[in-house]
Amino acid sequence: MKIVVLAKQVPDTHNVTADAMNADGTVNRAALPTVFNPEDLQALEMALTVKDQMPGSTVTVITMGPPRAAEIVKDARFRGADDGFVLSDMRFAGADTLATSYAISQAVASLGSVDLIFCGRQAIDGDTAQVGPQVAEKLELPQITYAEELVAVSDKAITIRRRLEHGTEQVQAQLPALVTVTSAAPECRYPHAHRLLRYAKEEVPVRTADDISVDIERLGMKGSPTKVKKIENVVLAHKESVTLDATAEALDELSRGLIEEHIL
Amino acid sequence: MNNVLVYCELTEANQIADISLELCTKGRQLATRLGVRLQAVVAGHQVDAAARSLFPYGVDDVFVADDARLSPYRTLPHFHIVGKLIQEQEPDIVLFGASSVGRDLAPRIASFLRCGLTADCTALEIGSHTDAKTGKQYDNTLMQIRPAFGGNIVATIVTPETRPQMATVREGVMKKEVFDPAHKGNIIGLPADKILTPADEAVRILSREIEEQRINIKNAPIIVAGGYGMGSKENFQLLHDFARLIGGSVGATRAAVDAGFCEGERQIGQTGVTVRPKLYIACGISGAVQHRAGMDQSAKIISINTDPDAPINAIADYTIVGDAMTVIPMFMNAYKNNLK
Repeated sequence: MKIVVLAKQVPDTHNVTADAMNADGTVNRAALPTVFNPEDLQALEMALTVKDQMPGSTVTVITMGPPRAAEIVKDARFRGADDGFVLSDMRFAGADTLATSYAISQAVASLGSVDLIFCGRQAIDGDTAQVGPQVAEKLELPQITYAEELVAVSDKAITIRRRLEHGTEQVQAQLPALVTVTSAAPECRYPHAHRLLRYAKEEVPVRTADDISVDIERLGMKGSPTKVKKIENVVLAHKESVTLDATAEALDELSRGLIEEHIL
Repeated sequence: MNNVLVYCELTEANQIADISLELCTKGRQLATRLGVRLQAVVAGHQVDAAARSLFPYGVDDVFVADDARLSPYRTLPHFHIVGKLIQEQEPDIVLFGASSVGRDLAPRIASFLRCGLTADCTALEIGSHTDAKTGKQYDNTLMQIRPAFGGNIVATIVTPETRPQMATVREGVMKKEVFDPAHKGNIIGLPADKILTPADEAVRILSREIEEQRINIKNAPIIVAGGYGMGSKENFQLLHDFARLIGGSVGATRAAVDAGFCEGERQIGQTGVTVRPKLYIACGISGAVQHRAGMDQSAKIISINTDPDAPINAIADYTIVGDAMTVIPMFMNAYKNNLK
């Protein structure tokens, strides 16, 4: 079974400042600490679990981003992925989800026939949850989004428990299929010491737009229908605000006022 | 100028979901502003009553696809029906809920139509856009407004060149309002049996477990919300005690949910629920823009924070500078005394 994991190196949004943005509204990635997008790690775990159950399977990790995104492909190798590459090219820059999913789907197509694609539901820097379903559409694959648990897999079908608004459902998709994985799925296994030793010095291949069959017009900012019109630093409309000291008297007065106004 | 279309979701009881009624209310405003028709699409099984229930919300035309294969929701059959409908009708704007259904369907349709899609908008307006490079002006364009990246900014997104302009909106962000109880519209049947194919059956539902919703803070009149500043799950217990005393519900920021202080259903903000209580008490919440987007319409806001300069204080009616773990017990005492 040929399995692909789509992963993204993302800025650690817990440590973000306002100068993380460029003037044109795109993200200044160079200035930020990065992490393996958490749900993509969980997607990797689900892929590795399929490989455990289906001996002879291979797991290939694809990421799109600057050359330094090779770090997460390497990390995935340490955890059990068989190979992977970085899709990196200035012509991909400024892509919205449509142009991103186009480039990624062409990269997947360049691998020949694939049985299963896993990716995180969404990346923590955008939270759009769009690239997974868009890659599925471009490759004309059925999609299972919001996957929480791998129930069963065979060489013909995969059964997944997925999250609904108020509950879950078990669905079975014929292969090939694409699965997006949520944070409720099992955490990824740790890197193996012997894999660390074996692959630490291995170069991660970089592929450009020239290595995959693409229409350049559909890449990057040119291929992106959405444009950032305006970025505003939020200046809050100042309300008439009262600052109180944390004294019993002040709280007594406040709570009395709220009761009198029928708010409490 | 072409029309505004809303994709309507159905509840387990086969009624139109609140999120879709909220979108119809917003869609009505946009359609009126543009001088076009508001249209909706309902795909499901035995949905005639649900489709008709949309008229009071100002919907002019409801496209109805009625087929057993369309219920419960599955991606491919709905994608096939709605994708084809949009291709034929060429609406100017299409709105989806940012629900597990809308977030599954909308991106697949955007990819198919090669159009733009903006996720989790907090406001939608009609305006003009001038391209900075070409100087070309685009009138009557949909301004898709959403907090973005990191929490300190609000981005306005436009899709000037492609149609339709598509956006998703979370439940509770827009208001649901009856437009006119006597408003009349048309039902337009779609030939689902002719559109759906065996290939649309690639995913089968084996079983479903629908949970009673355990926690629903959306309509709570009083909310006591905690942030990462509460420090621990144990400290969050104090918020539950406080909320129980004053008849409120407990909410949280994303940081607090991510840290495991409380359940995800309590998350308030852009990627959680949007609330408009009469009183919002923010405890140990700094006030990232994504969080404020989900609570800044609260009638009264009290902030309890050790930091006198926390961003949330700027929208608070009252700021109490101090540690929530100390201030809340004092507040509870003061409240009990004043009730006597």
